[in-house]
Amino acid sequence: MAESLLQVTDLRTRFQTPEGTVHAVNGISFHINEGETVAVVGESGCGKSVSMMSLLRLIPTPPGEIYSGTAIYRDDDLLKKSEEEMEDVRGREISMIFQDPMTSLNPVLTVSRQLTESLREHLGLTQEQAEKRAVELLEQVGIPDPARRLGDYPHQFSGGMRQRVMIAMALSCTPSLLIADEPTTALDVTIQAQIVELVLRLRESLHMAIIWITHDLGVVAGMADRVIVMYAGYIVEEANVEDLYDSPSHPYTLALLAALPRVDRRRDQRLKSIPGAPPNLLVAPVGCPFVPRCEFVIEKCRRENPPLIQVGKNHSSACWVDVKTGAPR
Amino acid sequence: MTDAKPLVEVQELKKHFPVTRGLILQRKVGDVRAVDGVSFSIQRGETLGMVGESGCGKTTVGRTMLGLYPATSGEVVIDGDDIIHARGKDQLRIRRKAQMIFQDPYASLNPRWTVNSIVSEPMRVHKLFASEKERLERAKDLLGLVGLNRNLINRFPHEFSGGQRQRIGIARALASNPSFVVCDEPISALDVSIQAQVVNLLEELQDQFGLTYLFIAHDLSMVRHICDRVLVLYLGVMVELADRNELYEKPLHPYTQALLSAVPIPDPRKDRARKRTILTGDVPSPLNPPAGCRFHTRCPIAMDVCKHEVPVWREAAPNHWVACHAVT
Repeated sequence: MAESLLQVTDLRTRFQTPEGTVHAVNGISFHINEGETVAVVGESGCGKSVSMMSLLRLIPTPPGEIYSGTAIYRDDDLLKKSEEEMEDVRGREISMIFQDPMTSLNPVLTVSRQLTESLREHLGLTQEQAEKRAVELLEQVGIPDPARRLGDYPHQFSGGMRQRVMIAMALSCTPSLLIADEPTTALDVTIQAQIVELVLRLRESLHMAIIWITHDLGVVAGMADRVIVMYAGYIVEEANVEDLYDSPSHPYTLALLAALPRVDRRRDQRLKSIPGAPPNLLVAPVGCPFVPRCEFVIEKCRRENPPLIQVGKNHSSACWVDVKTGAPR
Repeated sequence: MTDAKPLVEVQELKKHFPVTRGLILQRKVGDVRAVDGVSFSIQRGETLGMVGESGCGKTTVGRTMLGLYPATSGEVVIDGDDIIHARGKDQLRIRRKAQMIFQDPYASLNPRWTVNSIVSEPMRVHKLFASEKERLERAKDLLGLVGLNRNLINRFPHEFSGGQRQRIGIARALASNPSFVVCDEPISALDVSIQAQVVNLLEELQDQFGLTYLFIAHDLSMVRHICDRVLVLYLGVMVELADRNELYEKPLHPYTQALLSAVPIPDPRKDRARKRTILTGDVPSPLNPPAGCRFHTRCPIAMDVCKHEVPVWREAAPNHWVACHAVT
């Protein structure tokens, strides 16, 4: 057993809005081991980003509120730390990269300025040392001619190169955990492949754990060790990557995989679409949130929301029904 | 494909955007050659896929074909009519037959218009019905057709989800009874579970009305699913065109091969076992495209000749066209 790096228990986050309370994350528990890559998969509004931002305490409060849970990172509860203590965690222990590198980089500061800031802040380097380290970092993430590019502004980089700069910033203090929030969604497949390859290479050399947030079950297959599927603020399935694709055990995972066309297969029939739309999080759900879109519904589903039930080794699914037989569990 | 006359014919289409310097006296300093000589045809009832990285000119081809951008040169003939050079009433008549579905269902619907105004606007433009009442009835029918409740006709776009908005966009595109629809990344902005719904709807409508689609997308898996033939663009020029299974199983151009190998497969064993060609760098600027074969700067098998000579567009196998010096 690898050593556990982060253990999250019963995390709940909600937002107070003029329309009412948005139940974004509804009691999720999971863990990440040292050096492990875990993918968190789900559609917009499933709580995947909010839950990870809650861990880093990046939720604006108010309107947001983390109202329950613990997140034990190396013996300390992240949710109990003060703001000053969190500043030491962010960037140094846990780093995050975001979907849109253009909006996460400051357009009026040079890349040098943005890269050296955390190096001086966290590691106490002098400006000269920090710049030297910044050049090394840019080289490490595959930016050609790094010494010259250091003085450039973000708009002078292409989308893929900007994401590399973001990765360089995230890695500048060699964190133990990298949270990547849809880092390749805005990029072309060719550039996506470059970034995935880069992250995997860095994972090997730096021994980081990675949480890769995505809506794309395709990207995940090639890179993750373990997959967590989220729906409506709940974890609905969790498994090792091969088990998840071999025997998906939650109707939602099953439906998502069936709705995906395959580049490596001839078309046989129409895609199997999932009826309806993701749920409205303003209403606290009674029963299982997937009921309106599920084809396996039994009476119990409407009354009681299923907990994660063990269905195999390191494989659990929040469903009252065995999707292979259609029989209740 | 059959020998019947194609519905859509594009000949040597070019679209250059001038680049200017200076605030008052604008001097032209160059051209962005977004589309630089593209020719293809689409049969009636066929779906042609157009793929390539961002900046390859795929959206510009779609927009120029419908006259949304004035073409720099070239011909576009839709159902026997020249859409590029038509003016006035003629132009309106031809445009009725060719419509567009846009990528962003949030930006492409006017937030201050009701669904009825949005969907019946093409009927008003083309004077399709005698009265507003008839148009309203037709708009309601269209809503039903795209799987929305007829009674939602007086609602505003913000009351709908992304998938529902895209359905409204589809209803609007169909309002003038077109025979040809350009679908410009119609599902990229939608959630995975909603994408299949919209793709299936597009297929049902195609069966029902015999529609012809140009399907512009960067999701190569979806393109394989929905398209009959696929055209690959790179920096404004065509690099390969073939039937879908031929293209996905026997890609000839190194660019197509690299594109396909970059698409993730939702199967861990298969995805990890496969050989990847990872392209280095980004697409060069279309302001100053590389000489010779435009792909030579990133091509893993580039030869000397590729730097100087533009490869000829030729039929390397039956119905399989490619432009590459390395393909024999």
